[in-house]
Amino acid sequence: MAKTTETLELSLLLEAIRGQYHYDFRGYSLASIKRRLGLARERFGCQTYSQLQDRVLHDATVFPELLGFLTVQVSELFRDPEYFRMIRELVVPHLKTYPSLKVWVAGCGAGEEVYSLAILFREEGLEERTLIYGTDINGEALKKAEAGIYDLDRIPLFTENHRKSGGKSSLSDYYTAAYGAAVFDKSLRKRTVFSDHSLVSDAVFAEVHLVSCRNVLIYFDRELQDRAIGLFKDSLSRKGFLGLGAKESLRFSRHADAFSDFSAGMRIYQKQGLA
Amino acid sequence: MREEVNEPGSALAPSRMPVEAIVVGASTGALEALAELLAPLPASFRLPILVVVHLSPDRKSILAELLDAKCNVDVREADDKEPIEPGTVYLAPPDYHLLVEPDKRLSLSSEEPVHYSRPSVDVLFETAAEAFGPRLIGVILTGANDDGARGLKAITSAGGIAIVQTPELAHVSTMPLAALKICPEAHTLSLEEMTAFLQEFSPPQ
Ligand SMILES: C[S@@+](CC[C@H](N)C(=O)[O-])C[C@H]1O[C@@H](n2cnc3c(N)ncnc32)[C@H](O)[C@@H]1O
Repeated sequence: MAKTTETLELSLLLEAIRGQYHYDFRGYSLASIKRRLGLARERFGCQTYSQLQDRVLHDATVFPELLGFLTVQVSELFRDPEYFRMIRELVVPHLKTYPSLKVWVAGCGAGEEVYSLAILFREEGLEERTLIYGTDINGEALKKAEAGIYDLDRIPLFTENHRKSGGKSSLSDYYTAAYGAAVFDKSLRKRTVFSDHSLVSDAVFAEVHLVSCRNVLIYFDRELQDRAIGLFKDSLSRKGFLGLGAKESLRFSRHADAFSDFSAGMRIYQKQGLA
Repeated sequence: MREEVNEPGSALAPSRMPVEAIVVGASTGALEALAELLAPLPASFRLPILVVVHLSPDRKSILAELLDAKCNVDVREADDKEPIEPGTVYLAPPDYHLLVEPDKRLSLSSEEPVHYSRPSVDVLFETAAEAFGPRLIGVILTGANDDGARGLKAITSAGGIAIVQTPELAHVSTMPLAALKICPEAHTLSLEEMTAFLQEFSPPQ
């Protein structure tokens, strides 16, 4: 089929999803969105994006599953342990100087990053003064985050990651194993709020001291990345911290000047004074 | 041998449209093969080279550093949304797929492994074929699985050039053989011949 026809169908499909379900994927990295929609097309037995569009518009059960294809859900507790070690060793000493703290984990998926920070903040004695917001656009993922239950076979990796992050306790202190699942301690969620929030269309909702947004921006094109980074900039307090994924940076962002490198190797930035 | 080196390049180079990028996939035995392929390229080499190597997902890879030390061209791990610079070798970071966007910037993704691999050669090759069309060379080197075969086919289907390391000369021949099975029109070359072949496509400075 002609490439232009397919490109046209793809943009019509994204338009249909936006019109009917109010999720806007038009500014996502196209190469990845195409691949994911290609997989979805196979899954729903459709020959073309137009057929998939027909299904999405007329069968209400299709979209929730399609959303699973459109949002990548890969994560781990203490993913990239070195990042969490830098938060612990370099950022926490600054955070300790504040009487109360807010943290925003944007694109928190099923909650792995939130639980990692909740455990880290408990270990560092910051838990009582901290409120953590975990936000995402995937409702299913947010439900999982709320439940705090992960497959038991992921625990060895999580444990190893936690140890490498400089963990001061044993990860097994924070969950109970039952029926092939690890159920994380409810008390970790006492000062955590999970909610639906889109970096594409929603606004800033709180002033925070640390934003951790890892492996979300890679799915956005540069314009959308700039929108999200703008939100982080507006949300952060003076001298607040922004942590990105291992391969994400502010190098190509128009907001780069508003931040300074705090731990360049680990992609942790600090918001500048006024400006 | 000599003749074969010159033939494909000079036969193709003047008549066909210019090449904008090279993509390379390798697995078992990749470090030695890549070093042999890339080290002889001169600092004046102008084409960008995007590389996927299957590595353990261990987060810190020293492959880029090792190759950079051996090569005249710059070798580094790709960053998300990085514009592609000429004469630079970009390696997919461990545990991320490397993709080429329609605007020819690089992007990364941690979506599911393909052929049990993240990064996957197919993902790079297929997105690069979309972005560069006929202005692309795809190279399959040594490896023990069949990742890259579909991607190489996507490259030739888009009018690009396919090269496969001569299976008998590869450290592990599975990947070259799988590629040739799906993509029999590919040129088979030794590493030395490939280096010469690629240089014929490098635009003059
Ligand atoms: C790969 S996960 C990252 C999980 C975790 N932060 C990590 O690094 O392991 C990407 C997440 O971004 C979410 N996401 C995608 N688009 C978003 C948007 N517009 N606003 C907020 N979250 C979004 C997805 O639903 C998914 O949960």
